[in-house]
Parts: sequence; structure tokens; C-alpha cells
Amino acid sequence: MSGSRLPTGGKIDRDRTLAFQYNGQTHSGFAGDTLASALLGSGLRLATRSYKYHRPRGIVSSGIEEPSCHVHLTGDNASGSEPATRVELTDGLTARSVRGWPSASLDLAACLQLAAPLMPAAFYYKTFQWPNWQLFEPTIRKLAGLAPAPVEARQLDDLKARNWHCDVLIVGAGPAGLAAAQVVAEAGLDVLVVDQETEFGGSLLSSSQRIGGVAGHVWAKGVTDMLAAARNVRLLHRTVAWACREHNLIMLAEHPVPGCRVQQRVWRVRARTTILAAGSHERPIVFANNDRPGIMLASAVRDYAVRYAVAAGRQIVFFTNNDSVYHCARELQEIGMKVAGIVDVRWAVSHDVLTQARGTTVHLAHEVFDTRGRRGLAGVRIRPVTGGRSTRISCDVLGLSGGWNPAIQLWSQCRLPVRYSDSLATLVPDGKAADMLAVGGCNGAMQLQEAIQEGISAGAEIARRFGLSLKQMDPPVCDSRRFTIQPYWHSRNPSKADKAFVDLLHDVTLRDIHLAISEGFSEIEHVKRYTTAGMALDQGRTGNLNVAGAVATRLGKDIAKVGTTTFRPPTVPVHFAGLGQFGGLGQLPYRTTPVAPWHISQNAVMYEAGARWRRPGYYPRNGESMHECVCREANAVRNGLGIYDGGPLGTFDLNGRDTAGFLDLVYTNVFSTLEDYRGRYGLMLGDDGLILDDGVSFRLGRDRFLMSTSTANAQTVQRHLERLLAVDYPSLDVKIVEVTSMWMNATICGPFAREALEEIGTDIDLSNNAFPFMAIRFGRVAGIEARVARVSFTGELSYEINVRSRHLAKLWNHVIESCRRFDITPVGSETNHVLRVEKGFMSLGHEVDGTVDAHDLGMGWIMSSKKQDYIGKRAVMIRRQSPRPRRQLVGLLTKDPEAVDIEGAPLVDSPVDERSRGFVTASVWSVVHNRSVALGLLEDGRRRIGGSVLVRECSNPIEASVTQPCFYDPDGSRLRS
Amino acid sequence: MNMDRYSFWTLARNAVSGHRKLRPAWRRHQPKSKYDVLIVGAGGHGLATAYYLASRFGGRNIAVLERGWVGGGNVARNTVTVRSNYLRDESIPFFARSVRMFGELSRELNYNLMHSRRTMIDIVQTSPKLRELKRRMKIMDMHGSSYEEISVSEVRRRIPALTGAREGSRLPIIAGMVHKDAAVNRHDAVAWAYARAADSLGVEIHQNTEVTSLVVDSSGRISGVETKFGTISARKVALAVSGHTFMLARTAGLGLPLRTFNLTAFVSEPIKPVVDVVVNCPDLGCYFSQTARGELIIGGHPDPGLSYRRDIKQNVFEGTVSGLLELFPSFGRLKLLRQWGGHLDIAPDGSPIIDRTSVGGLFVTAGWWGGYKAIPAGGLCLAKLIATGEHHRLASSFTLARFDRLDYIMEAGTTTVV
Amino acid sequence: MLIIECPFCGSRDEREFDYGGLAKPPRGRIAEVASDREWLDYLLIAEEQGEIAEEYWWHVRGCGEWIKIRRNTLTHDIESPEGASRS
Repeated sequence: MSGSRLPTGGKIDRDRTLAFQYNGQTHSGFAGDTLASALLGSGLRLATRSYKYHRPRGIVSSGIEEPSCHVHLTGDNASGSEPATRVELTDGLTARSVRGWPSASLDLAACLQLAAPLMPAAFYYKTFQWPNWQLFEPTIRKLAGLAPAPVEARQLDDLKARNWHCDVLIVGAGPAGLAAAQVVAEAGLDVLVVDQETEFGGSLLSSSQRIGGVAGHVWAKGVTDMLAAARNVRLLHRTVAWACREHNLIMLAEHPVPGCRVQQRVWRVRARTTILAAGSHERPIVFANNDRPGIMLASAVRDYAVRYAVAAGRQIVFFTNNDSVYHCARELQEIGMKVAGIVDVRWAVSHDVLTQARGTTVHLAHEVFDTRGRRGLAGVRIRPVTGGRSTRISCDVLGLSGGWNPAIQLWSQCRLPVRYSDSLATLVPDGKAADMLAVGGCNGAMQLQEAIQEGISAGAEIARRFGLSLKQMDPPVCDSRRFTIQPYWHSRNPSKADKAFVDLLHDVTLRDIHLAISEGFSEIEHVKRYTTAGMALDQGRTGNLNVAGAVATRLGKDIAKVGTTTFRPPTVPVHFAGLGQFGGLGQLPYRTTPVAPWHISQNAVMYEAGARWRRPGYYPRNGESMHECVCREANAVRNGLGIYDGGPLGTFDLNGRDTAGFLDLVYTNVFSTLEDYRGRYGLMLGDDGLILDDGVSFRLGRDRFLMSTSTANAQTVQRHLERLLAVDYPSLDVKIVEVTSMWMNATICGPFAREALEEIGTDIDLSNNAFPFMAIRFGRVAGIEARVARVSFTGELSYEINVRSRHLAKLWNHVIESCRRFDITPVGSETNHVLRVEKGFMSLGHEVDGTVDAHDLGMGWIMSSKKQDYIGKRAVMIRRQSPRPRRQLVGLLTKDPEAVDIEGAPLVDSPVDERSRGFVTASVWSVVHNRSVALGLLEDGRRRIGGSVLVRECSNPIEASVTQPCFYDPDGSRLRS
Repeated sequence: MNMDRYSFWTLARNAVSGHRKLRPAWRRHQPKSKYDVLIVGAGGHGLATAYYLASRFGGRNIAVLERGWVGGGNVARNTVTVRSNYLRDESIPFFARSVRMFGELSRELNYNLMHSRRTMIDIVQTSPKLRELKRRMKIMDMHGSSYEEISVSEVRRRIPALTGAREGSRLPIIAGMVHKDAAVNRHDAVAWAYARAADSLGVEIHQNTEVTSLVVDSSGRISGVETKFGTISARKVALAVSGHTFMLARTAGLGLPLRTFNLTAFVSEPIKPVVDVVVNCPDLGCYFSQTARGELIIGGHPDPGLSYRRDIKQNVFEGTVSGLLELFPSFGRLKLLRQWGGHLDIAPDGSPIIDRTSVGGLFVTAGWWGGYKAIPAGGLCLAKLIATGEHHRLASSFTLARFDRLDYIMEAGTTTVV
Repeated sequence: MLIIECPFCGSRDEREFDYGGLAKPPRGRIAEVASDREWLDYLLIAEEQGEIAEEYWWHVRGCGEWIKIRRNTLTHDIESPEGASRS
């Protein structure tokens, strides 16, 4: 056992031992551990297998940047892939590595390593072509995916979302973030401070640096306590900012405390300003076999020792190009761990820095170029950077530090500029932005003093922007640490470039990068896409710059010119469940009319009828089929009395001096000549000449109209009208009020409708002279104030009785009760459809297709030629100049009278036609003719009336005769009766 | 063609040399001052056009000018779905041909595009949508394309992860439609394969060469383009720049009937195979498939407002996610891995434009609302037009002149964009 | 989710508004007097589609006014919101 728990120290609770299972084996750890620290603590080094070659891999980092060990939880907390470093240990936790079968330790697929030479970057584009890709695909898919597919969550509240507003959002509670928070909190601003760790302090948590005379973590604790006590500050642990959206909407993902049923909480934060203090991530160095278990980030070796009292190994060697590992070495020595050696590629290191690692052998101007060990690291091979004899050092841990990558993901997402800093050998934010300030490690401040100063200055600047005065605040004095770095991306001339990994999660090697370049994929975006480097779950937090460095080295270019790939949201993977809260049709409830309970009590089959209205489709009785039921309902309307719930139709009350003229503008026909209390059917076009809507409008006075629209288009029509009034014709005096849901109706229809209405009781004179077709009357029906309109969508005598919504249920029940002797039959939208097709009335959803205009629908009469202008007139005129044959509305009677299901079928002249001449817009079983009748749009259709056409119902062409588009009461005597 | 043959044996042979002997997929050149044909935009359509010009019509002295990198346009940002379930006589044969060409492309270009005829299933939740899709079914049958209705239980059998939208829910599933010809493939590979093949035929591809404006001579004909390397002359210039078509055409004084939209797509973390078909949910506005790597690649509705961002507004994004979770509640436990936005330009009727323009010598391929699937046929048709001056039979309706008479080929608003 | 500055109500959430499309000159009598070409251009060709989008929003769940804003299509920054009515 090489890793082990140190006898003292760490922030774990040694009194609480937690048992957990990993890859089927039982281990134990302590409260306060992460899965990663517990695995290392129990001496497990080979924790997982790699993606492509199934090489043994261990844990590399101690934070969200983990580029190697991803696991999935099983059991109650089943999850997709998570970095082991982010899983907090709980009692009974069960987890598996996402790679390695039957286990990570014994992975049968490891034989793939033998085929590695055949699998360079993008090898799959060059092979698997014969005989065809689909033969190989299923196997490859099974090999490739990581965690198993998720199963449905047990509880709906497993994942949640919250919204928040604040003056200042501080992302990261390390030294810079805390210093900034202190300033803005004291200034009295509303502050939200978030940090990805379980505890605030960031780098101070495992560093021995002192601030203001006390240990850094003590200072951090002090500031945190102060912030926690302030009423204007809210603190969030275990929280990552994952996206920066429009207008500074910052998205957060919070992993609540273990044991809480909520797995993740998404926060949408509207911050007026954001301070980005997300710190930086150490990056590894690339050389041959740099992936053996035991090879880690130097800072991670220290973090595990200091925070979790876990010695990652017994013999530790560091490999670096910068100063930070020397401090690491000292911090390890302070807790009794020994560092066997430091390999540094630089020729000289300052005396101060060297003395930090007193007692450690330092190999200056040397590089690690290979490692050995079977299932874990056993030693490294080093050589002078100028070449020369190599030597071996035995070790079981190699801590790497190739420099530090500021966490600029969020900054870059906001399209803010970044630049390459030569002195830090990394990318840093370039300048300040209005809504976001970067401070500390993520701004490239490598000195503690500098980081804290940046935090304080940023806080002060924001306070000033809010117009607040501040008392002078002196920054605490901090230990200073030199930081110098010499850019170094990978060992020189690696002979085993195929085993030098630049992206551990996707098994991308230096040779892959070189291959991409030699094949011409040398743009950084090409390198990424060709090799998939940086596209894995860790999004290349640790590795991306090494990829750019390798490309720059290979091309002999300046790394600043190579550039980086775009950072895209999210910065860390986020559960979908906390999203999907805005909008979404499925979340909006149905609308129903006040008589929906009655419909349901009558066994109605309820349908969605557009604009989220749910209304009855048909009312089956005693085991009737839908066909039988619809025929029964249709017969009732044609021969007796039906009742229909027409409430959802869009209704608008238009009022104002210019209303009549406005209707002349928006409808194709004339409304200004309409008499009071009379109605007219109108067709409304867009300015592109396409049909927008249709409906009947009644005139209620000189300046007042009641407009009805189709159910589905009510909102579109309203927006169209309002835009015209506000933008195009602002001088017109027209006010529009939507009254759809204020007035609801019971529509009674059928030859007995007049008698029935008399029976129901009304003070309105119902005689045909006094109350003709297309008129509206105000009065009382069944004692209720009502507006009764004579419109008809069925072709029968019909009264639409409108009452205020609160009275509808009462009216409806009264109508049903008083009309029993007429055998009043409720009819649904299915029956309405049959009746309107028989009558040849057009319906927007069926007969309006593409460029069809009123002339095509046989309603040329509706296109007023008297008017100078109306919306759509010009476009229709232009369109009609096209030589393309027009498709016109016709009736169709199939030779086979039983052929009903032909809706949508193309119309052709011969079965081998390559082009359709039209199509069947609607087809129903006619109760009047006891056979199928259909409507269709047919090229030059009106001229073809009396002839025939083929309905191409898939492989089955059916002959049909072309008729007038009306199968019932063509002169309209019944609806006018 | 002058290029390495790719096969398992090439790989094996090259393994010995550590793959050091493979030639670049395409070469780098200094831009010349004059070409016969300039194609602006090295995305899918631009590269395909160049390839077909050179391979089918013997075109020589052709250059493709690209602002960024090869394949960096919408071909890098889409949901890789290839399908032909359209509504119009003018559209179906074109898209069906494109789908067929895709199927043969791996062989033709000697590049594994990972083309996989996965089949698409539309999950239908409203009767108007079902009516419209069945109308497609019947007209597609006429054109020899397959599209079939299946029952709800069959939909659920073929997509076991579909556990939402049950009977009694807000929008229960009422039917499914199966489009057998639908396929997915690897988008980057499509761009690279065309680039490699075009290069081998002598087409020059210039990356990092942004065309800042078009140059029109005194007779109103195109004479070349402006770049940072100066003017590059050509008698024929073709624009294949998607969301930037409108702005670039404007530099030649040309107004085009196009609107630019931002469309989102995103991928989940990779998981083991969970769905084998392409899933389209037109009523809730989302669609997805699973890549060979295991990621779910998911697309949704566009943001109605104009945007040139590479991300999408949170509310638009969440609208798509909520649709997805409505049908696939278990995906709530899956994580979002990457997200991006692409810019597409849409003509008033939703159909494409492959045509010459009123500026002599200037050609345009635009209005690609889900144009990924159209890359092979779109490239072929534009190439024919540039080379011969005559429209390809399949694209003869996709003209600009149709807008002079408002002769729309209405495909807009009839389905979710895929 | 944009935050749109309504000139009459102040900053409001996008959900209070309906998107009203790209701005174009008021229709007025153009349809009566324009040539076919001019009319088609008015109908089909957007005025501006570059870095700045000039667009209408209807404050339907607010004051009910139509407003015109200039929105940066890269940053979503909104400048000079004004009422769309000229009277």
C-alpha cells in the first residue's frame, strides 16, 4: 500500500468513519473526505482506466478540473459522470469508474493498447468504410459512452432552480474574492458570494501563507464569519458559475450538502456587477508515459496531505518549470512529508525559492522524459535539458507543475478579451469590462498580496460606481512568494510521443497533435476537433494550454498567435433538470370554458383546439365508435337540434372614431358600409398577401365593432392589429380590447333552432325579418343578459348565444333542460368539421396552404376592388402576375364512396406523375349523402369541375370526380331560413 | 485524385512509420491575384460547390476564401441530421437526392463520414401536426421517399427512454412518423472530406482570408472581392456564407430577401447507447440523436430576434430543455456538456436560394434553414449553375426570381428545423 | 432573458414583451404609390441586419405601448429605446 492516511492533521473528522463501495469493493474514509481523497487514503492508486487505450489511470487533481478519474454513482444517488474529486463522501456511497470492465484494476479491454499504433487521432475517419460504417457503429457506440443512461428520478424535487438578484456577485472565495467581498459588504451592497468548495478560502485552505500575521486559512475564516453575519450578504458553497448570459444573467450550479435530496440547484442570478475571482488551475507537463497512477498535479499532492491528511505516496518527486512547487515542498515538509527530489527545467532558480525546499535534491536544467511502473508509478527517467545521459529516480508520486491557468472560462464566454502573458506563460483577462471585473488568480495575480489588493480595489471601484463612500482600508500584509516561470509544454523530442498525453480523458497524445498538424489540421480549432483534445468532460481545464503550446512548438510559432479555442458554456457540466423552467408548452395549463365539467360528464373526448384551448371532440354514447358518434351528432344538426360550445373563438371589441376605416384596411372586403347590428365575414391578409385569419365582425354602432378570429390565431391577429395602430397608422383612433374569455357562448344549430330559442325564452324578436342571418341582437335569454348572433359554421340555422362567462353554466343547463323535447344533442369539433366540409366552408388549418389566396378559395368577391388599399392587396396583385397555375378549391367525390381516409393525398393526372397538381385538404363521411365527400386544392380546379382527377393515396390511386366545393344547400337557403 | 487513399491498410502501413508519411488533407497557398471562380465561405456548401465544380464540371483555377478555418461555419454547428421529409414537389426530390448522395459520400471522398442511416422518428402530440406530417407522407410516397405512421406503443417500443407524455398528461403522444432514410454523420468530417477532395483536384483553400466586400465594375458586373491581402479578381464569385449573406451582398448594393436567426444546439455528457434513432419532437420544439461517442446532440427552436452570438438566450435554451424533459424525464439527470449557437438565414418561404443575382457573375446559395442535409445536392446544383449557366433540374425552382412574383415554395413553419 | 428598458415603464423583463419584428418605415401609403419593385423591397428586404438590429417590442404585459430599440446583436446591449408611435 503506497498511499496512506497521515496520523494527524487534515480537516477530516476522524471520529466519523464512512464505509463506501468503489468498483464493488468496500473501502472506508472519513467525514470531510471526497471520494478521491478517500480512495487515495485507502491506498487505491489505479482508480480508473483511460478512454481509448484503457491504460491504468489514477487521480490527478484535487478539484473540479480533474482530468482523469471520473466516476458514476449508483444506487439512490445514481448520476452520470462526475469527477471523483467533486464527490463528497457519504456513508454507504456506491460508485464505479466510468471505464474498466469488469473492474478498473482488471480491465479486459486493456488489450486495445496493443492496437494503439492503429488508432492515432481521427483514425476512424480513415477506416471502417468497408463494407460500411453501420456495421461497426453499434460496437463503437457501446465502447465509447461513459456512464450508463440515467433512469427517471424518483422524486420531482431532486433537482431545482432558484432566482436571485444582487448588486454584486462574487465568483470564488479565495483571498481575492474574500477581500473584495469584505469591501462591498461593508459598503452595504447586496452581495452573493459563491465558491465551488465546501469551505471558503480557496488556495489558502492548504497553503501555509500568512495574512496580517495569521495563517491564511484563519484570515479566510475570519472574513467568512464576518460575511456570514452580515445581513446584506449571502454565501453559497459547492457552487460553480457555469454560464454568463445576456444582460449579465449568471447561471450557477449548486451541489447541496450530501444527504440533501436535492442533487443540484440551478441559480439564475441577475447581478448588476460580477467579480470574477475563480482562481487558477495548475497544469501538468507532457512527456512519455505521463499518465501512470501516481502522476498528479503538484498542488494536488499538497492539498491531499494538508486538507485530507492523505499521503499520495512515500517517495515524492516534483517536476516543474516554475517556482510554486518549491513552496509546495516546504508545506509538505512542514507536516512531516519528505520530497525526494525536484526536477526543474530552468537553469537557475532564485535563492529564496531554493531555500524553501531545503533538504530536497534539486535537479536544475533537467527534464523528466519518461516514467516506469506497471500498475502505478515506480520511477521516472530524467535527463539534462540540453541532452546527455539519463538517470533514474525511484518514486511513487510525481507532482507536476507546468504553470497556472487562470480560470477565465466565464470571462471568455462574455466575449471579453484575453491575452497571452509571457511573464506568466498563460492566458489572462485583458482589461476591465463594465459588468465584470477579474481579480486574483484568475486575473494572473500570482502574489497573495497582489491578489488581495486587486480584490480590495475592485470592491472599492464597484462601491464608487454605486455612489457609496468607503472608509480607507489598508490591505493586510501577506507573506510574499516569488513567482517566475519558463514556458515549457512538453519534454524535448519525446521519442514516445504516442504515449505522451496532452488530454488524459480523451487519450490524446502529443503524436496525435503532430499528426493533425502534418495532415494540415493546424488551426487550433482543427487540432481540437481532429484530435478531440479539450472536448472531454473536464473541457481541457488543465490540458488546453499544453495543446496550444505543443502546436506552437511544432509550427515554430508564437503561442500568442496560435490562439485558443472558444470557451463555450457551461464551464462545468450541469444537470438538465434544473433548466427547462422558462416557458415550454408542456408547462402551460389547458384553457377550458366554464362548461368543461358538463362536457366531461357527458363522456366527451376532449381535444386541444389551438391556443391551448381544450374542447370536446365528440360525445360517444353506449359504446359507439367515433364514426357512429359523429354521424349521430351530424344528423342531429341537419335534422333536429345540436348545441355547440363556441367559447374559445377569439373575440375583440374595437372602438373609436376610425374603427370602420381600420377594418377596411385590415380586411380584404369593405366593412364601413355595414349597417348597425349586422355582421360580415372577412378575410384578413398579411402584407405578403398570405391569409392570416378569417372571421365574422359585427357592427355595434358607428364606431364600434365586435371582431371574431379563429381560436388558434387570436394572439397573432391582435399583435398584427396593434402593430399597425402603433407603428404604421398611429393617428388612427381605434382601441382594441380582447373579450374572448369575457363572453362565452352556447351555439344552438339545426332546423329547430328558432323554436328551441323561443322555448328557452328570450325577449328578442326571432322572426327572420327582424333577426336575419348575419345579424346580432342584444337582449335577454333565459333571463340572462345576452348577445345573440346569427352566424353559422354548419350551414344550418344557428344562434350563438353569448353571455358573460360567469353565467354560461347556468345558461347551458337551462338550454339543455328546456330543449329536451327537441332531443338536443351536444356536438363536438369532429362533427363541426364534417358539417363545414359538407357545406364547403373553408378552414384555415386545412384549405389555406402556401400561397393560396381568396380567389383560389372561390371568394374573389371578398377581394374588394373598390378600395385603394388594404393590407395584402398589393402582394396578391403581384402574385397573380405569376405564370404558375393557381390551385383552386374544388369538391372531390371518389369513385369508391367508401374511400374516406384520403386527407392530404396528392392529386395527380396519372399514377406516374412526378408532380402533384394539388392535394386533398379535407375528407369526411357525409351524413347527407351517405358517402365520402372531400375538398381539395387543384390546379385550374374550377375549370376542371365535371372532370376527374386521381387521388394518389400512396400506392393506391383512387379516381375522383371534380365538383363544386359545396355538397349541401349550395344557395344557403337553410342557414338564412 | 491526387491524395492518399485512406483505408485500414493505410493505417496499418502508416502505423509502422508512426503516421508521419501522410500528406496534408489540404495544402496552403499564397493567394493569387486572379481566379476563374471564387467561392466565399469554406463551410459545407462552399466546399461542396468547389469540389463538384472541379470534379463534375472540370472547373480549374478555383479558390475558396474563408474568414476563419475550414469547416468553421454552420457545418461546425449543427445537429448532423440528414433527412428529406419535406412538403413540396420542389423540395422533396432535391433533399432526397441530397440524402442519397450523403450515403455514397464516404466512398466517393474516401473518408469515413460515419454516415449512419439511423431512421428518424417524429413524436407527434397534436392532431394538426399529425395531419401535416401525414400529408408529407403521401406526397413523399409519390416521390419515392419513405415516411410511415406508427402507433404510440410502437413509438415507445422503439424509443424506450421515452417515458413522458403519457395518456392523461398535458400533451400525450398520439402517433409517430418514421422516416427511414434519415441519417446522421460526422459534421467536421464532411467539411474536411470535401476540402481534401477539392484540394486534390487543384482547388485552393485560403483560410484566415476574410472577404470584407465585393467589388463590382462599372458595368455592374462582379470583378472580384476585397480581402486583407488586397483585391482578388474573378469573373465569377459565389457566396456560401450563411448568416452573413445579407451583409456581404449589401456590399455589392444587392438586397436579398433573407432574415438571420440564431439557432441553438447542445450536447450532453457521453453515456452508453440510450437511443438508436433520430428523435424529433415537432410539437415541443426539440430534436436529438446520440453520437457515436455517446453524447446526445440536441437542437431546438430559433431565437426570433436577430443575433450574431455564439450562444443563445437562456429562456430560449430552457424552452428547448423543458420540451426535452417533458418527453424524456430521465434526461433531467443527464448533464449539459457543451452548447453553441449558429446563424442561419431564412427566406420568406423557408426554401433555399441557389441562383445567380442581378449583379452579373455573382452567385448565391442561401436561405439554408437546416442546410446541413443539403450540402451535397446544394453544392452540386450551384456548381452546375456556375459552370454551365444553367440551373440543375433539382434546384430550378430555388431562384431569386420567385420573390419577384411572391411565388413562394412554402416550407416555413411546417416543421422544427433539423 | 433580456432586460428591456421601456421608455415609459423603465427596465422590465423580456417576458412582459412580445417581439414585434425588425423595424421598417411606417407603411403609410407606400402600398398605393410604390412601384412593384419598391413594394417588394419594402416587403422582403430588411433595412438593417448587421451589428445593430432595430426592432419593435410590444409591452403587452406592461403599458401596452410599442417601443423601438436598437439592440447590439453581439452583446444584446440596448440603446435609445423610444416609443414607436409618432403621435
